[in-house]
Amino acid sequence: MNHLLIMPVILPALVAPFIIMVVRHHLDLTRIFSVASTVLLAAVALALAAQAADGTVMVYELGDWPAPFGIVLVLDRLSAMMIVLTSLLALPILLYAIGSGWDARGANFHALYQFQLMGIMGAFLTGDAFNLFVFFEVLLIASYGLMIHSGGGRRFQAGVQYVVYNLLGSTLFLFALGTLYSVTGTLNMADLAVKVAQMPAEDTALLRVGAVMLLLVFAIKAALLPLHFWLPSAYTNAPMPVAALFAIMTKVGAYSILRMYTLVFGPEVEATAGLSEAWLLPAALLTLMAGAVGVVGSKKIGRVAAFGAIASMGTLLIAISLFTQTAAAAALYYLVHSTLAAALLFLVADLVMERQGHWITPQLPMPQIGLISALFFAAAIALTGMPPLSGFLGKLLVLDATRSADLATWIWAVILIGSLITIIGMARAGSLLFWKGYGLPHEVEPEGETGAEAVAARPAQLPFVACFGLLAGLVGLTVFAGPATHYAEETAAQLYAPAVYIEAVLGEEAQ
Amino acid sequence: MELLVASAVGILTAAGIYLILRRRSFPVILGLSLLTYAVNVFLFATGRLVSGAPPILNKYEEVAYTDPLPQALVLTAIVISFGMTAVVVMVALGAYLTSKNDRTNMPAEPEGAGDDL
Repeated sequence: MNHLLIMPVILPALVAPFIIMVVRHHLDLTRIFSVASTVLLAAVALALAAQAADGTVMVYELGDWPAPFGIVLVLDRLSAMMIVLTSLLALPILLYAIGSGWDARGANFHALYQFQLMGIMGAFLTGDAFNLFVFFEVLLIASYGLMIHSGGGRRFQAGVQYVVYNLLGSTLFLFALGTLYSVTGTLNMADLAVKVAQMPAEDTALLRVGAVMLLLVFAIKAALLPLHFWLPSAYTNAPMPVAALFAIMTKVGAYSILRMYTLVFGPEVEATAGLSEAWLLPAALLTLMAGAVGVVGSKKIGRVAAFGAIASMGTLLIAISLFTQTAAAAALYYLVHSTLAAALLFLVADLVMERQGHWITPQLPMPQIGLISALFFAAAIALTGMPPLSGFLGKLLVLDATRSADLATWIWAVILIGSLITIIGMARAGSLLFWKGYGLPHEVEPEGETGAEAVAARPAQLPFVACFGLLAGLVGLTVFAGPATHYAEETAAQLYAPAVYIEAVLGEEAQ
Repeated sequence: MELLVASAVGILTAAGIYLILRRRSFPVILGLSLLTYAVNVFLFATGRLVSGAPPILNKYEEVAYTDPLPQALVLTAIVISFGMTAVVVMVALGAYLTSKNDRTNMPAEPEGAGDDL
């Protein structure tokens, strides 16, 4: 058994308590351990991805209990892609949080950050539905702490909403798992796939109830309209580096939909056929439009980024909801892109907020305005899907994959009009923030160092390094679009041939 | 017994959802607790309702047994919901103490208001 497979879960799970119990009072030491752990995590993720790249499905049986009796971790191309994306996203965000001093504005940032990574990694690796619930809870409980990091009235109020909404989602998750267990007698995903396929068609009412409840849970996580209401105020009021990390959390929902509805409730399973197609696609179209309109209507820079993230989730879910192999490949490419782009926009929003506050109102030009506005421009281009960055390629792939769908006209119209509205919203926010300020009358400079001057006097380098790191990721995804789409296609092909996955987990006789 | 368990789950869920819709932190937290009780009872029922039987297989003779897995699931769910309730109580207390307000919906904010979150 390959013990490297469990390292992405074990490593943060060991470093986080170490940070809390041993080095809690030394800020520099917590930073060193947190960064070292994240770098190591990225190395492990890359090593695992190299092993999974040839299409083998690796299985790790916890406690050596054979599946389906024990819990298994499974690494295939999709899991490998997601853990690499998570670890490569986590590193620049962590550097940003350190460089901007966010981690010092409250207690235990780094420990919570590591627990958050542990939960996300576990959710991507697990091959057991109840274990997926447990890792959801791990990542959620860490995210509750990160979301209210450094406190404040509105942040706490948004935190209560976020916690309550997600607890409701967790309860629904348990109801769904209970229903599935009562029908199939198993919670191992591969075993579920076998049992669901064997189920007689007239005996599947409860199974369909369970499948739809599960889809609702993942739709809450993926911020699908009308279940997205937790997202805007939570992301706007969270510390921006945390919101940037949360860009991967909505993708956990998208990943779970992709995993469960190709492996267990696949398109060829008669019992659950047609359950999701009827409303998942219209809801995804509405999500994209709501996100685009929200970008235009936002009065706060953080809210622009939050609704931009919702719009990108809409595009991603449109591609996922078709449940075809080409659309899944397009979705996977767009997923990587939109995670990096949304995270970059949140970080740039924080750079702006540090200098002139939350509101999108014309103010006197801020320090380093040229660099920040250039970064905002790049992030806006990426998120709206304008050339030359990877968002354009991603949207092109999605449009191409949806060409033969039933609602192709609607999909094309919504994606194109939604992109246009998002562009208008971004242009409005950018020109108000960065251009209008030059026309304002300069007031007499007050004596002493104001907040803005203090930032100008000692501009921190690390936040810009982090932003350019994410931007480099986007550029890399554009330049190496060929290999990236090739990998996405291979991943989609593996997703739509679940027999390999099932055989790897259960052994050959299960077929 | 089926009727008793089913109605208990139903009533707990209904009461929980009603309380969550009250939009004040205390009833919302009570509602969440009721919902988690409902789901715990529901999880027990997924292993079929058997009373007075041990969750152990006996290979020497035919004895009635009950499915042990839902019991393990319920145990996990209880631990998690207990921790989550503690977290939500602390966050709600923080929200109440900093904003002197226990409503769960966000108050409107005048444009250009202070940045002190």
